[in-house]
Amino acid sequence: MVLKRREFLASSLAASALACRRRRRGLPFEAAFLGPAVDLGHRLRWGELKEPSSFEPVDVVVAGGGIAGLGAAWRLAGEGFGNFVLCEMEDDVGGTSRGGLNGVSAFPWGAHYVPAPSRDNPPLLRLLREAGVLEGFDVKGEPIFGEQFLVRAPEERIHAYGQWWEGLYLKAGASPGDEAEYHAFFAEMDRWALWRDGAGRKAFTIPRWRGSDAPEVQALDRQSFAQWLDRRGWRSERLRWFLEYACRDDYGATLETTSAWAGIFYFAARKTGPGEESRPLLSWPEGNGFLVNQLRRAFASKVRPRTIVTSIRQATEGILLVHAWDEGAQRPVGWQARKVVFALPQYLAAHTIPSLWEARPEGLESFTQSPWMVVNVTLRERPKEPPLGFPLSWDNVIRDSPSLGYVVATHQALKDHGPTVWTWYQPFTGPDLKAERERMYALGVQDCARMVLADLQRVHPGIEPLIARMDIIRWGHAMVRPRPGFCWSVALQRAREPHQGIHFAHTDLSGIALLEEALDHGVRAAEEVLAALGRGGASWR
Amino acid sequence: MNERPELPAPEGWEEAGPRISAPLLFLTVLVIAACGLVYELVAGTLSSYLLGDSVLQFSTVIGVYLSAMGLGSYLSKFITRGLARRFVDLQLAVALVGGFSAALLFHTYAHTHAFRPVLYALVGAVGTFVGLEIPLLMRILKGQVKFKDLVAGVLTLDYIGALAGSLLFPLFLMPKLGLVRTSLLFGILNAFVGFWSTFLLRSQLGPAFGLRLRCVLVLVCLGGGLTQAHRFTLATEEEIFQDEIILAKDTRYQRIVMTRGRGSFQLFLNGQLQFSSADEYRYHEALVHPAFAARPGGTRVLVCGGGDGLALREVLRHPEVREVTLVDLDPEMTRLAAEQPLLRELNRAAYADPRVKVVNQDAMVWLQERNQGPPFDLAVVDFPDPNSYALGKLYTTRFYRLLRRQLTKDAMVAVQSTSPLFARRSYWCILATLEAAGYQVRPYHLAMPSFGVWGFALASPAPFEVPRHTLPELRHLTDPTMQGMFAFPRDMERVPVEVNRLDNQVLVHLYAGEWRRWS
Repeated sequence: MVLKRREFLASSLAASALACRRRRRGLPFEAAFLGPAVDLGHRLRWGELKEPSSFEPVDVVVAGGGIAGLGAAWRLAGEGFGNFVLCEMEDDVGGTSRGGLNGVSAFPWGAHYVPAPSRDNPPLLRLLREAGVLEGFDVKGEPIFGEQFLVRAPEERIHAYGQWWEGLYLKAGASPGDEAEYHAFFAEMDRWALWRDGAGRKAFTIPRWRGSDAPEVQALDRQSFAQWLDRRGWRSERLRWFLEYACRDDYGATLETTSAWAGIFYFAARKTGPGEESRPLLSWPEGNGFLVNQLRRAFASKVRPRTIVTSIRQATEGILLVHAWDEGAQRPVGWQARKVVFALPQYLAAHTIPSLWEARPEGLESFTQSPWMVVNVTLRERPKEPPLGFPLSWDNVIRDSPSLGYVVATHQALKDHGPTVWTWYQPFTGPDLKAERERMYALGVQDCARMVLADLQRVHPGIEPLIARMDIIRWGHAMVRPRPGFCWSVALQRAREPHQGIHFAHTDLSGIALLEEALDHGVRAAEEVLAALGRGGASWR
Repeated sequence: MNERPELPAPEGWEEAGPRISAPLLFLTVLVIAACGLVYELVAGTLSSYLLGDSVLQFSTVIGVYLSAMGLGSYLSKFITRGLARRFVDLQLAVALVGGFSAALLFHTYAHTHAFRPVLYALVGAVGTFVGLEIPLLMRILKGQVKFKDLVAGVLTLDYIGALAGSLLFPLFLMPKLGLVRTSLLFGILNAFVGFWSTFLLRSQLGPAFGLRLRCVLVLVCLGGGLTQAHRFTLATEEEIFQDEIILAKDTRYQRIVMTRGRGSFQLFLNGQLQFSSADEYRYHEALVHPAFAARPGGTRVLVCGGGDGLALREVLRHPEVREVTLVDLDPEMTRLAAEQPLLRELNRAAYADPRVKVVNQDAMVWLQERNQGPPFDLAVVDFPDPNSYALGKLYTTRFYRLLRRQLTKDAMVAVQSTSPLFARRSYWCILATLEAAGYQVRPYHLAMPSFGVWGFALASPAPFEVPRHTLPELRHLTDPTMQGMFAFPRDMERVPVEVNRLDNQVLVHLYAGEWRRWS
């Protein structure tokens, strides 16, 4: 579990204090906001935090405790390198992969699964082996994962025409034309899965920078997924709904605001060959919080929670002055570091690394992030399933809804009866991201709770009395949006380059938000740092 | 059975009213008597189903009923005016109380702990009302008929009516209609007699509109009840269950239904037959004893599922067993098996055995979370067939691996594995899954009337031979028949199938496809 029980209780007490307006308009359950620390983050932006007066020497400062920062620290610790600190703004590490816990179940705060990696992703396989998830390799050299970690059947269902159906693509009521387009689309994905460039590289790989940069691949990025579909004449409403769902789910974007490159990446990168199923998914009740826990095991004492890096400046060649604010102690802290791993989103780089503006004029502003709302709904009892229709699954999607539906947190704990926690997701997919963020933050606890309730009531009319509480998490910058033209932009390619001893690590640097990308960037940045400090061992990548 | 104190009609209490049709009123006596007896039989039958010990149940029900009739007869002397009106009102009261008695009793048993008080209150009420009716009727007819003819006529028809009820009940009503409908039907008959009486007695009633309206209301209530009688079962269950439903209970996890008919009783979970008392011994002997025979001497036994306690009964026959842990999801099921008389008798009060420990939890979650306690020498896995994902997970490699962690190195496991004839691929899928989870497996099978051909798997983490010697005192199994179960005829031989894993649950699909062909 990400949170120890006592910590959780403390944080939920604080959260219930925030929920002071509950019951005023008679919701029969409690609802509260859980982190992230929006205020603290915004104070950084307005420069309200004081400057430190002294600077403690340290070899490396890792700024940011999401998967990238944790991955970097994990890599450093794996080399026996101990002279570093990891600063995390929140009270606990994990970022959007964090998990929570209450009396009923562990649950994710955000990212809740990772596709089982192929043998081409050594860092993730190493992590999974450490966590006991990877059990070995089969005769073909492909990894074997513990059965209990793979998402158990039934995996997905969709609600349409008043009942639940198996799968995410709605087969019920599909016309021959729909089916033809569906098969044509997947044939095209198979083609891309098989495609190789002159150097034998695949078009789409995870991590993505292993893939081909051939013009044919890059050309996909110059159009939206919608335009790409239009050009092929694929107009099937249910196919486009299905693909847009994929865009909303993976990128917090629509067909129009997703690059065709990213849209195809979603389907082609996880195939090992044509016709084969996508990789199975690995998931845990606490979502990717499971992997967060595994990562930090190696360096837990190096983590400084509730500490926010406010600025990074080069003092002299090889010396970086890192300014930070310790929210717990309410005082500024400073480090004099040889290297920094900057494992925060790029939009924060603009605030914390002043010299970056001059160095990379092509723009930090090309990075845009979709806001998300994640609500954990604790249920005293599951609603009765109708006699007809597909049974409760891991992922439960509502076709006629702006939400992504809900994931059952107890599914992977094998629990099929009794109390449970459902994690409900909604990305804000509009084109104007600032407006979308404002729209989300304008919603009070009650508004959010009512929105979720109304959404769930469409498919579970009797659910209201079964709800014990809702914990609402608002991510203002949940995931980088792979807009058309962004995934192969110069700005994105240059953002990975070190700057004055600052090494960058974040899933943003791939243009798409994936745990695999974040981990790989973390490991890469740490290995760059180790090499620069003369500690380079064999690469883990 | 229907004797009652003969009350001489006191002379000169009421004025004799205008003439009414005596023979037709005598006919109502016949109906009333039949109805009264039927309610009594319904209560007696129902309580012996639910509480067991039919001699005790019938004796007490009859005793309460007759004494209540005595009470009613005595109370009749306090009714001095409006005899005809009271008579009709009583008809309606009996109609309502008697008519809904079976439904009310089933409901009480399933949802409260007050079955006996409600039972005797109902029987007492019906008895009292019926006891009031005959004296009232005699007094109504007093001036119309000679006293000797009156007494002869009323009592004759009273006893004949009782005979009619007592013959109709076992021969026609119970088998065709069941308890709930029978009592409702007789309620309607009672109410109809009330309605009819308003015409027969109209000369004594005065304005009868209100009374008739009441009659119609009661008739509508009972008629409504009759059309809703299926609510005690599901509409589909009506077709599934060929026999009378004696218990229906929705627990948090499943719907438990017990039926009774043709000299045996049956248990269904979510509409699936779990056993019939007529031939379950074949199944449970085959499930349990080969595992003991293959590796004698096991002292610590695990039973997964099998909340009915019947596998437990077979396990407990082995004196060397010192400890049995039974893990069943549903506490209502194990409670019922421990307390319901028919079940308790059939499982020989297995739950009262001090060697038995009950855990009410999902067996898979329990296995996953159990990280202390000594390993088991023998496990009996007796889950319902894999007709849902929640059940299908209990047949996966993951389940069998979790189970293996709790076993000794050479433990024996017996697994109920659906029918190798009706669901051949499902059967072999279960066996292939056991093998994939690291067990040595031997298939065996059995024939029984209620299930047809049924299959099991005998498995162990260590190699073992076909068992040769079993207990001498069993009803079905002998040494040669036990060995014979391990021979497979050609139409049930192994077929290639995929292994059932948590992340594919192929078995649920296989099973649904195969059984669809037979239904």
